[in-house]
Amino acid sequence: MSLMNVFTLSQSALVAQTTRLNFVAENLANAEVAAGSPETVYRAKYPVFRSFINDELSDSSAKGVRVEGVYEDETVPRKLFDPGHPLADDTGFVYLSNVNTVDEMANMMEASRSYQTNVEMMNTAKQLLMRTLTLGQ
Amino acid sequence: MNWIDNSLNIHAAALMKRSERAEIIASNVANSDTPGFKARDMDFKMEMSRLMQGAGRLATSHAGHMEMDVTQSSNLLYRVPTQPSENGNTVEGEAEQAAFTENAIRYQAGIHFLSSKVKGLKLALRGE
Repeated sequence: MSLMNVFTLSQSALVAQTTRLNFVAENLANAEVAAGSPETVYRAKYPVFRSFINDELSDSSAKGVRVEGVYEDETVPRKLFDPGHPLADDTGFVYLSNVNTVDEMANMMEASRSYQTNVEMMNTAKQLLMRTLTLGQ
Repeated sequence: MNWIDNSLNIHAAALMKRSERAEIIASNVANSDTPGFKARDMDFKMEMSRLMQGAGRLATSHAGHMEMDVTQSSNLLYRVPTQPSENGNTVEGEAEQAAFTENAIRYQAGIHFLSSKVKGLKLALRGE
């Protein structure tokens, strides 16, 4: 029954979007973390989504989604002149993470919207299946 | 009981196709943030007429011929986006949601038809 597959597909999306939300939370939590050198400073992390054919759905070609990997934002970290900072290097600079809070907020909203849509689809599929079960009564 | 089969067949087939379509759209929505994903859908009218006419079923004119039914697998098409996105993804959330809801309503209509058929048959059998 293909309607059952809606659950598997939507579930894969829920997992992927949750992972994305986790990354947003991690990025925001580390937004103000300072470090003594540009190499060791925290960099924003993002998941890479990839569609795949689920083996559980042997009779169908519909694709679910999964997180294939993580990439780090390569933009230059913020540089702040603060000689009094305990982590400051010889020239008096500290380096702050390159997390862009506005980007993260937008990312978060997008993830939660996608999550909601998928939950709604699961609900609809559930309703349809329940009605099918009571067919002819 | 060929007459029962005939009267229920078309609606049952329609429900199967509807649920298949629901699955395809669910797959589109699940991949709404996947770079490079191409949204797909089926031409429902075409699929139904294919099913009804039995087109795609190979003729067996010899005893050694094996029956091969290709009507089961749907012919999936690619959706043309109204606004292409930079990462090659052609899923448009709103359009997909609208299509899914429409499909769900039509599925319910199918269930309704099937229900009425069953009720009618029951009534005829009971003869009260």
